[in-house]
Amino acid sequence: MVPEYGSEEIRKMFPMLRILDTQGHVVNEQQKPEMTNEELKELMRRMVYTRIWDQRALSLNRQGRLGFYAPVAGQEASMLASEFAMDQADWLLPSYRDIPQLVWHGLPMYKAFLYSRGHFGGGQYPRELHAVMPQIIIGAQATQTAGIALGLKKRKKKQIAFCYFGDGATSQGDVYEGMNFAGIYKAPAVFICQNNRFAISVPVEKQTASETLAQKAVAAGIRGIQVDGMDPLAVYAAAKNARMRALAGEGPTLIETLTYRYGPHTMAGDDPTRYRTDELTDEWEKKDPLIRFRLYLEKLGLWAREDEERTAEQAKKDVAEALKEADSVPKQKVTDLLGFMYENPTPAIKEQLEFYGAREGAQQ
Amino acid sequence: MTQMTMIQAITDAMRIELRNDEHVLVFGEDVAKNGGVFRATEGLYDEFGEERVFDTPLAESGIGGLALGLALQNYRPIMEIQFFGFVFEAMDSIASQLARLRYRSGGAYHAPVTIRSPFGGGVKTPELHADNLEGLFAQCPGLKVVIPSNPYDAKGLLIAAIRDNDPVIFLEHMKLYRSFRAEVPEEAYTIDIGKANIAREGKDITVITYGAMVQTALKAAEQLSKDNNIECEVIDLRTISPLDTETIAHSIKKTNRAVVVQEAQKQAGIGAQIIAEINDRALLYLDAPVGRVTAPDTVFPFAAAEDVWLPNENDIKNKVKEVIAF
Repeated sequence: MVPEYGSEEIRKMFPMLRILDTQGHVVNEQQKPEMTNEELKELMRRMVYTRIWDQRALSLNRQGRLGFYAPVAGQEASMLASEFAMDQADWLLPSYRDIPQLVWHGLPMYKAFLYSRGHFGGGQYPRELHAVMPQIIIGAQATQTAGIALGLKKRKKKQIAFCYFGDGATSQGDVYEGMNFAGIYKAPAVFICQNNRFAISVPVEKQTASETLAQKAVAAGIRGIQVDGMDPLAVYAAAKNARMRALAGEGPTLIETLTYRYGPHTMAGDDPTRYRTDELTDEWEKKDPLIRFRLYLEKLGLWAREDEERTAEQAKKDVAEALKEADSVPKQKVTDLLGFMYENPTPAIKEQLEFYGAREGAQQ
Repeated sequence: MTQMTMIQAITDAMRIELRNDEHVLVFGEDVAKNGGVFRATEGLYDEFGEERVFDTPLAESGIGGLALGLALQNYRPIMEIQFFGFVFEAMDSIASQLARLRYRSGGAYHAPVTIRSPFGGGVKTPELHADNLEGLFAQCPGLKVVIPSNPYDAKGLLIAAIRDNDPVIFLEHMKLYRSFRAEVPEEAYTIDIGKANIAREGKDITVITYGAMVQTALKAAEQLSKDNNIECEVIDLRTISPLDTETIAHSIKKTNRAVVVQEAQKQAGIGAQIIAEINDRALLYLDAPVGRVTAPDTVFPFAAAEDVWLPNENDIKNKVKEVIAF
């Protein structure tokens, strides 16, 4: 018997995993991940650092010193606790909002700023960074994840591929295709759907009649799990577990993180007051991942005001330095861009290299 | 040398590259045990196994994404789109993803992917199997588009496409798959992508074409020679992007007249681009405007209407005579 839509049976199959409540109390001791004190502090540091960086990025964008930027405040647990479960050698396939994971995975911050401004240097990843550039075409990263994961499996590497997308993306064909491909090849992939309840102005209720997004995994025959995306320990536990299962050859997992973004969709003129109520934002601000994790760590004696201040200072300093480094990168020339088209320039590219080369020479 | 059909030459090219390079993978819908809907991959699954030659779910976009991911793991994928009319499903993964990977990573990553796909009219296929959509991809920076017209070219060009470190779309005209045999060397050889071939030498007019229209143009040229004493130089482009503008301009400087022939509709294909290049490079050598033979600007015909719709030898002969008489 197939459970009927909306029935308790489906809800029971996809319960929300929560380990810390909003007051920082452990409510699920059994599934609490094993983390050292150093790891706990480091995760908190990354979350605080990213909140400050997000604030700075918003203001730098308003000053015209950054370009395209998709705010992340509110999603620190969802983004950073899941990245924290990755190995350095794992592959990361982010969407355009997932810049923090890229930076914590090893992308130099000034390159993230170059990406924001629209400079090719922002996509020139160092060889040791196992990541693909942020994906603008919503869902395209999911099918590419299946390919990377299959490649890792074929090469018998002890690595997996982590893919991020939002709630709106689950409506895309590519997200279904990506999970389905990964499923049939039993490829080592983890798909993380960050459900922040809105795809620009469209609430998740208008994306699908599904009660959860995690249950979309059923269509691909893979594991699906829903977690409290404002709870760093739950997100970390789910991601770590999915990673271990993928490594053990048990195939991919879809993790839905229930989260919220406090800022606008992007800094390109989006006004969230047109489609979100203050009450909703207030409600989610009470669930702030920083508040509950701070309370949890303070109780353990692992976090104090000085740690918070030191982290904030460090973030501001790093942002300033990265900005300076981004400023020092030479401007792009058409000849640079022509040079990236093919390994060997075609006759047309050669002609245009000559034309633009002469033009650039004349301008100097 | 062996006598091969074009499809045998294509299989042979893939077999050679699968043997040569352990990074080469072949995948698509029904390409493994089944050997492909046209037998293009016949025997490859048996020889190389599931690890190298495998089936995918029925999802073209997913196939394109899979190719990109595998390319990032250092593989050299040969992906098949069962019929090129289905390519719209994979438009993003080809035009927006594979084609742009080298550029958007500032050269850090690249996609050595070959996209094989059958197309072309004359065999009465159902809807959206035969459409000539090469023009769409010729417009995408970052891609190369190769269309062989005979078994020898097919093998040499496919090996070159597989070895190319950038994405290549390799379009196989269904009517040419088994329509004739030709001498094909048994060993590996390559034909440069982007180099046209003078399929027939002539002094009176240049006929520029590709795909199945090469055979049609050659037949028209023989008749024009016999009946009208007109000697056509027939250029088989072999690659439609990048265009071999040098060979085209060189020929026109000799013949002073040209006709472009394509199976695609007038608003599609590559004909207009060729004429613009001729205007840029050889306008003052022209004694007449460049003529065009194309299909009409309708949706690809219902199967029973192919014969009246597809450009044929008479269309070419008439257009050549018209340009000569200008």
